[in-house]
Amino acid sequence: MVNLNIIHKNRSKKYNNLVIPATRSERIFDYFNYFITAVLALSMVLPVLHVLALSFSSADVVNMSGLHIIPKKFSLEGYRYILKSKYIWTGYFNTILRVVANTVLGLLTTMGMAYPLAKKKLPGRSMFTWFIIIPMFIAGGLVPSYLNIKELGLIDSRWALILPILAKPYNIIIMRNFFMNIPDSLEEAAEIDGANSIYILFKIILPLSMPIIATVGLWTIVDQWNRWFDCLIYIRDTNKYVLQVVLRRIIFETSVEMIDAQNNAKMAISQEVIKNATIIVAIVPILAIYPFIQKYFVKGIMVGSLKG
Amino acid sequence: MQSTKSVILTVKNRNKNRKHVLKAVWKYRYLYILMLPCIINFILFRYKPIYGVIISFKDYKVKLGIMGSPWVGLDNFKAIFAGTSFSTVFWNTVILSFYKLLFGFPAPIILALLLNELKNIKYKKLVQTITYMPHFLSWVVVAGLFIQFFSPGNGPVAYIFKAMGIKPVYFFGDPKWFRFSMVLTGIWKSIGWDCIVYLAALSSIDPQLYEAAIIDGATRFQRIRYITIPSIMPIVIILLILNSGSLIEDNFEQIFNFLNDAVLSKGDVISTYVYRTGLVKMRYSYATAIDLFRNAVAFLLVFISNFIAKKVGEEGIW
Repeated sequence: MVNLNIIHKNRSKKYNNLVIPATRSERIFDYFNYFITAVLALSMVLPVLHVLALSFSSADVVNMSGLHIIPKKFSLEGYRYILKSKYIWTGYFNTILRVVANTVLGLLTTMGMAYPLAKKKLPGRSMFTWFIIIPMFIAGGLVPSYLNIKELGLIDSRWALILPILAKPYNIIIMRNFFMNIPDSLEEAAEIDGANSIYILFKIILPLSMPIIATVGLWTIVDQWNRWFDCLIYIRDTNKYVLQVVLRRIIFETSVEMIDAQNNAKMAISQEVIKNATIIVAIVPILAIYPFIQKYFVKGIMVGSLKG
Repeated sequence: MQSTKSVILTVKNRNKNRKHVLKAVWKYRYLYILMLPCIINFILFRYKPIYGVIISFKDYKVKLGIMGSPWVGLDNFKAIFAGTSFSTVFWNTVILSFYKLLFGFPAPIILALLLNELKNIKYKKLVQTITYMPHFLSWVVVAGLFIQFFSPGNGPVAYIFKAMGIKPVYFFGDPKWFRFSMVLTGIWKSIGWDCIVYLAALSSIDPQLYEAAIIDGATRFQRIRYITIPSIMPIVIILLILNSGSLIEDNFEQIFNFLNDAVLSKGDVISTYVYRTGLVKMRYSYATAIDLFRNAVAFLLVFISNFIAKKVGEEGIW
């Protein structure tokens, strides 16, 4: 489990040393393997490319059937159209707002809980640990959660998208496990100098914990970017809609209100072009960063699979 | 030291001990202050809704609140099983989940085995990175992409069908194809990501096992059959147990985004039904009761499969 890459390299090297000529069936298997994996990878890329190509095409091309990979008749009318729509912009703004708020406040709350739980001497530690773990297994479910938000008067408030998922039990536990591996001696020196725990957490522990903070932070960012259901049920004011909900209304409900609120222009432009351009606008930020951040996510799965 | 001391003191003198605890609590006061925001958050947004589940035994009225609403015993549960609408969504859920488990569960295992046999490391990394991509997209986006791609009018899939002389199928608008489409899109979205756990298990296999097998003259297929597959069996069993509860669960975000009136007869599942009855028709108590029933069954399923796994000699999850 420790260093996967090294084991991997060693193994393939040793394979090469013990040269055994591949049999015919083995070679067929290899070709088959390359073929299957290539088909799978293509099945993931093509739908995105298709929509991308169509989003840059003019309306008459969109109605031509077949697979599009390169835009025929390049045109920006779809983008010109949706970028004039007010809701794309408010959607972006609201999404970025919830991503930032949840990441910053969420990390602070998570750290604030995880750090004390990492202290073995803390009175009531196991009780508080159970307090965190229980909600991983039992949850109120859709209706009680909704009624709770309603009772708290958070309907139509942006806080409804932030507070209910501020700190996740799983994140608290893995952060606690990380803190437990930091040697106590570092903190003891500061304690002797009279520093309190809050100071120690932010000045000593925080700089040492950047790997876990990056991991949990990136999970939160991607999760928040893609969230839509809470906005759908808690938010009625269209100005507070997040991007995913705007997208949903445009592609599934073909909501004219969403696209056409600002520009009362003629609907000469095809709905399809607008849909495609909206999808692309919503996924480009994620597609641009995911290859670089995926390793943090993979690492998280490994951390989670170890019993803590 | 401090704690052993206080244990001894408990026996000797209770009053003194209480003082001791208070002293310890006072000593760690800053840590408690740090915990406070999270504790308040959990009470308000995680524990309060759990308490709210009691409305499934009440006739909840918004004006009366959770406390004030009258108790009705098991009336809500009786209403669930008396009507026919629940049994339809119940079986829709079970059948769909069964297909998902049957085809969706082995898919990442097979992919992991295939990737593990790829000798070109760069190509392997590339395929892996591409298969992770859907994990980072929301179901809203995935549904949007697929509806375009499989559009019976001018989508590329329909184009191929027409070229081969087959009548294009509307995968997401035809009840006959809806379950198939859900299984397929479900695999598409999660195969790459779910495969990570198995790849990790595969790379932790001791290479000496393979070397010994090669010296003994085992072919590549024999090595897969007798070393690779048995080595990942424990993790497969654990994940199967954890997934068994999903037989009565469904992926709300997926189904909700694909669901339309045309496929309601096959596509409507428990979670979409709970959403519709609970939040759209505002039958709060009824919908909560369904959720509670579903969770109880899911827990029972995990419990049973863990029991079976232990009986047949595999390691369970507890």
